[in-house]
Amino acid sequence: MRPSGVATDWPPELVSSPAHMRAFSSASMKRQLEDAVDLSLSTRSEGDRTVVVVGGEIDVYTAPKLREQLIDLVAAGNYHIVVDMEKVEFLDSTGLGVLVGGLKRVRAHDGSLRLVCTQERILKIFRITGLTKVFPIHNSVDEAVAATD
Amino acid sequence: VSTVTVSFTAFPEHVRTARFIVASVARRAGVSEGLLDEVRLAVSEACSMAVRQHRVFAPAVPVELTLIEGDATFAVRVSDAVGREGHGDATEDLLELAGLSEVGALGAESPNGQRHPTDLGRSIDLGGPDDEGVVGGLRARERIGLAVIEGLVDDVQVDYSGDGVVLTMTWPLALDDDVDLDGAGSAPLGGV
Repeated sequence: MRPSGVATDWPPELVSSPAHMRAFSSASMKRQLEDAVDLSLSTRSEGDRTVVVVGGEIDVYTAPKLREQLIDLVAAGNYHIVVDMEKVEFLDSTGLGVLVGGLKRVRAHDGSLRLVCTQERILKIFRITGLTKVFPIHNSVDEAVAATD
Repeated sequence: VSTVTVSFTAFPEHVRTARFIVASVARRAGVSEGLLDEVRLAVSEACSMAVRQHRVFAPAVPVELTLIEGDATFAVRVSDAVGREGHGDATEDLLELAGLSEVGALGAESPNGQRHPTDLGRSIDLGGPDDEGVVGGLRARERIGLAVIEGLVDDVQVDYSGDGVVLTMTWPLALDDDVDLDGAGSAPLGGV
């Protein structure tokens, strides 16, 4: 596996920057690849909303991390969650299942789970499964945070 | 006809590898760029289903992936070794499972795409281990995975048997085109 070539399936950060590639030692490359494999998750509060920024690929391998994050947030009393998916590069039905699970948990506390997503390739799977009818999907975090219904 | 066969231990992390390999071979074969996301997603669903089954029922047996480049088509066959019967119509199952049967047909998005949540969250929790038993959870996930595949891919064949399930998905090749066939676009997995 090497981060070279064009039009590859590797994440852009691994292939797009010559300087970045020059900087690759085997150790840094390993770390980069691990980062690429892993899902990235970060959370912040905006008023009474909790924004979860998700990056990378959500699949059968990484979805458990997202599930744990959502479970932890709800357990800590965060019942109004916004999941920012703009940096998600891949999502399959395993990831959808985790989001549905999150929705279930917040709804048990009269909470909400809103998604931010404008990427057509990600939205497609929500359409195929009919889940566009289940999740409020917003164009921006600001819009999602401001939404009340 | 040219084939690539991949056999992988049923670890979730290998599903990503499978996506890479299939996308690389599909691109080289001449599947149009516009279809590659669909190919990746369908392969991910199929391999995830196989991996889940194997982890429970056949952890020592690898999942097999066969990529077949024909004259005008590219086919991906995912074979698992867990014998089982079909679950009926996946679309119907999904609608029922998701509590969406009253809302509308699959793929028919409302104009603004923003309605109040239905009872989906109460009826299933595909992400959690706490609802259904292992087998029930597998069945539910398989139904959803199949529904996604059938929603995505026009040509899907699922063969159930006592020996396992073989799922074959076929896409057309873009034959008349500008697809880069000289391999420059397949660098990371050029040796596969």
